[in-house]
Amino acid sequence: MTDATLKDTAVRRRINRPAIPVSVALAVTWIAAMLVIAALADKIAPYGFTQLDLRNRLAAPGNVAHWLGTDELGRDVLSRLLVSIRISLLIAFGATAISAVAGTMLGFLAAHFRGLVEQIVLMLSDFQASMPFLIMALAVLAFFGNSLPLLIGLMGLFGWERYARIARGLAISANAQGYAAAVRQLGATPSRIYLRHILPNIASTLIVSTTLVFPEVILLESGLSFLGLGVQPPMTSLGNMVGYGREYLTRAAWIMLAPATTIVVTTLAVSIIGDWLRDKLDPTLQ
Amino acid sequence: MGRYFAIRIARALLTIILVVTFAFVVLRLSGDPSLMILGPEAPPEVLAAFRKAWGLDDPIWMQYVDYFGAIAKGELGRSMRDGRPAIQLVLERIPATLALTLPAFAFKVALGIPAGIYAALNRGSAIDRAVMITAVAGFTVPSFVLALLLVLVFAVQLGWLPSGGQEGWRHAILPIATLGLGGAAVLARFTRSAMLEVLGQPYIRTASAKGVPWRKVVTSHALPNAAIPTVTVLGFMVGTLIAGAVVVESVFAWPGVGRLLVVAVANRDLAVVQCILLLVALTMVTSNLIVDFLYGFLDPRLRAKGAHA
Amino acid sequence: MSAPLVEVSAISRTYTMRSGMFGRSTAVHAVDGVSFSIRKGETLGLVGESGSGKSTTGRIVLGLEPPDAGEVRFDGEPMAAPGTREWRAQRARMQMIFQDPLGALDRRLVVAEQVREPLDIHGLGTRAEREVRVQELLRSVELSAQHGRRYPGALSGGQRQRIVLARALATKPDFLVCDEPVSALDVSIQAQVVNLLADLQAQLGLTMLFISHDLRVVRQISNIVAVMYLGRIVETGSADDLFARPQHPYTQALVSASPAPGRRSAGRIVLSGDPPNPAARPSGCAFHPRCPLAIARCVTELPALASVASDRQVACHLVTGPEAQSRDAA
Repeated sequence: MTDATLKDTAVRRRINRPAIPVSVALAVTWIAAMLVIAALADKIAPYGFTQLDLRNRLAAPGNVAHWLGTDELGRDVLSRLLVSIRISLLIAFGATAISAVAGTMLGFLAAHFRGLVEQIVLMLSDFQASMPFLIMALAVLAFFGNSLPLLIGLMGLFGWERYARIARGLAISANAQGYAAAVRQLGATPSRIYLRHILPNIASTLIVSTTLVFPEVILLESGLSFLGLGVQPPMTSLGNMVGYGREYLTRAAWIMLAPATTIVVTTLAVSIIGDWLRDKLDPTLQ
Repeated sequence: MGRYFAIRIARALLTIILVVTFAFVVLRLSGDPSLMILGPEAPPEVLAAFRKAWGLDDPIWMQYVDYFGAIAKGELGRSMRDGRPAIQLVLERIPATLALTLPAFAFKVALGIPAGIYAALNRGSAIDRAVMITAVAGFTVPSFVLALLLVLVFAVQLGWLPSGGQEGWRHAILPIATLGLGGAAVLARFTRSAMLEVLGQPYIRTASAKGVPWRKVVTSHALPNAAIPTVTVLGFMVGTLIAGAVVVESVFAWPGVGRLLVVAVANRDLAVVQCILLLVALTMVTSNLIVDFLYGFLDPRLRAKGAHA
Repeated sequence: MSAPLVEVSAISRTYTMRSGMFGRSTAVHAVDGVSFSIRKGETLGLVGESGSGKSTTGRIVLGLEPPDAGEVRFDGEPMAAPGTREWRAQRARMQMIFQDPLGALDRRLVVAEQVREPLDIHGLGTRAEREVRVQELLRSVELSAQHGRRYPGALSGGQRQRIVLARALATKPDFLVCDEPVSALDVSIQAQVVNLLADLQAQLGLTMLFISHDLRVVRQISNIVAVMYLGRIVETGSADDLFARPQHPYTQALVSASPAPGRRSAGRIVLSGDPPNPAARPSGCAFHPRCPLAIARCVTELPALASVASDRQVACHLVTGPEAQSRDAA
C-alpha cells in the first residue's frame, strides 16, 4: 500500500511538472496539424485532388501555381497530399479504434469468464502475434477484394491482441483484490465493474499501447496501398501516392518524396509522443 | 524438460491448425471454392470433378476434415493463371527469395548485434547516439520508402547499381541493403537494451567489484545472458523473412515468393495465396519452435524447472 | 435470546496450488469443516494466524465464494450462487470491510461518489435522497462533506477506512464481515476506528463477523470468539470466558502472548516449531508439532470439537479425552 501511494504521488508530481521536451512539443504540433488537415482537406486544398492540368504535367515544385509540383497527369501534388493525409488518417484512426475496443472487450471477457473463454482468447492472440500480419491481410484482400470499409476493418484486426492481453491481465489483478472485488461485493453488475471502474483505471496503459499500434497501422496501410492492394484509385492515400509516384522516380521524385516524408514524420511524431506518455503515465510498462 | 518441449510442439501444431482453419473459413466466406480455386472459365465437368474430389457437397464439418486431409497430402490446388500446381509455382520461387533474405539476415546480424553491444558498452557516446537515431529511423522509415531512396541515390543519381531485375549479383545489392538496414536497426536497438539490462544486474557489479577484468565480465557474464532475449528476436526475424520480402521484391521486380504473393493477390489467384500463407505459417512455426528449443538449452532456469517436472 | 442470523454448517474449501509452471499440484485445505452461528446483533470474533483460513471463512460466510462442502444460511435462507441476480440483490443486506482500504477504493473517483455507489447499484431512493444519505453517512463516520469531495489518495488511512465503512453501511445492511479492518492502520488510529465500529454496531444493531489476529481488538468488540488453526476451529466460547480461561494449548499460547491488563506476562508460552503451512498439514491434531503438551494420540487422531461447558467447545484430546483427568491431576 505504501509503495503504491509513493508511486502515485511520484507520478502525479511528474505530470504536474510543466516542462515538455522540445521534441514532444514538435511532435504534438505536427499531429495537431495533421488532424486539422484531415478535417479540412477539401476546404484548404487549392485544387480538386483529381483535377487535371494537362499543360502543366510533371511541373517541378516551387512554382506559384503548384507549390509541390504536379504529377504525370498534371494533378496538384499538394492537393493530393492533403486528401491522402485525410484518407490515411481516417483508416489509421478507424482501425486503431476498432482494435482497441475489440481487444479490450475480449480481454475483459477473458478476465470475467476465465476457463474456456479465456483459453480461446489467449490462443487467438498467440496466433495473431505469431503470424506476420501483412501476409494475413494480403490473404484476406485476395479472397474478399477491396473496399475502404473492408480495409479499415482489416486493419482493425491489427494489434487487438496487445489490448486483449493488457486488459485481461489488469482486470484479473483488479478482480482478485482491490477496488473491483470491493465493488463486486457491493452487488454491482459486471458491466458496471468493467466499464465504470476497471476501464478508467487501466485507460492510461491502453492509451500508451495505442501510440504503439497507431504508427504500425499507418505503415501497414501505406505498405498495402504502395503495393496497389490497399486504397484504390481514383481514391488516394499516402502509400498509394508513393506507389504511383515511383514510376516517375527518375523524372519527378517530388511526387513520392512529399507523401513519403509525411509518413515518416507522422510515425516518428506518434512514437515520440508514445515514449513520452509511457514515461509519464505508466512506468511499469517496459 | 520433456514436458516443456511437448507443450511447445503442441502449441506449434495448434498454430498450424489455426492457420489452416483461417484459410478454410476465409475461403468458404468468400464464395464457391470451386470457382475460386479453378476460376470461372473452368469447364463444368472439371468443376463437378473438383466438387466431388473436395467433397463440396458434404456437410461443412466433413469438408473441414477433408480440407485438412488434402493439405496434409500437399494437394493445394492449381494456379488459375497457368494451371500448374500452386505448390510447384511457390517452390520455384523460393531460391530467389532466399538469395535476398539470407544475405540480408547475415547483414543484419553482422551489423546490428555488434553495433548494439558497442552502443551499450559505450552508453552516451556519439556512436551510441548514432545507433539510437538510426534505430528510430529504422522503425519509422517504411521499407518501400527506404528502397526508393536507395534507388534514387545509387541507381538514378550515381548510376552505380541497377534499380531492378535479376540479372546478376549487382542487382541483389540494393534489395539486400534495404532488407538488411531496417533489420539491423531493429536488432541494434534490441541488443542494446538487452545488454543494458544485463549490465545493470547485481551479479555484473559483483563480478567487477571482485576484481574480474572488465573484458572478462563482458565476455563471460554479460554477453551470454544478453544472448537469450536476442535469440528470440532473431528467431522471429527468420519467421518473417518472407513477409519482409513482399515489399522489397515488388519494388525491385525480384521474382521471389513475395512478388508472387502480390501478383497472386492482385489476380485473386487463390490457390497460390493459400499455398504461400501455409508456407509462411510453417516457417514461422518452425523458427519459433527452434527458438523455444534453443531457449530450453540456453536458459539454466528453464532447465532447472524442467528437471523436476 | 434472538434467533441466529447467520448459520454456518460444516463448510470446507480446498484450493489446488501449483508450484511453478510444471510443478505438481497440491490440495490445500484452507477451510475444513467449520461450523458456527451468529445471533442477530452479536459479534463473532474469528482469531488465528495468517494461513489459518479465517479470511477464506469470511469470504464464504459472505457468499463471495461457494464452499466445496457444507452450507451457509442467512436469515434462514441458503446463500445464492455468486454472480447471480439474487446474489447481487442479497449484497444490500451484507457487506464487507477490507484490510486495505486504499485497495478497496477506486482511486479515480471522489469518495462521496463511492459512498453513493451501493445506493445507485441497488436503486435506493431518488437522486436527491441519495445525496442526503451520503452526507448522513459521512457524518456517521465522523467525516465532513469536504472529505467526500476528495480522492482516496488525498485521505489518511483511517479516513479511507471510514469511507469504506460508510459505503458498507449505505444500504443499511444487517450483517457486516470485517476482515482485519484495522491491522493495516497506524496503531494510534486503530482504537478510533474500532471504537467507531463498536458504536455503530450498537447503534444500528448490526450483526458482525470480526476477523483479526489481534486478540486485544477481538476482545474489545466480540461477544463470542472462535479460534482457528490450519482451517479448523480449535476452541470457541464467550469472549470473556475464553480469554480468562483458555483451554486449548494453542489458545493458551495466543492469550499468553497478548498483553492484557491485570495479567502478569511471566507465564508467557512461547510456541516452537514452524509456523503453520496449509499446504503441508500435519497428521492428527494439526497443532501437535508445536504443542508443548502433545501426546502420542495427538499425532494419529484428529480431535473433534466437543462441548466442555455451555457455549464452550474445545478440540483437544487433553481437554475432552480420557487424558483430561491425568492432566488436571498433574
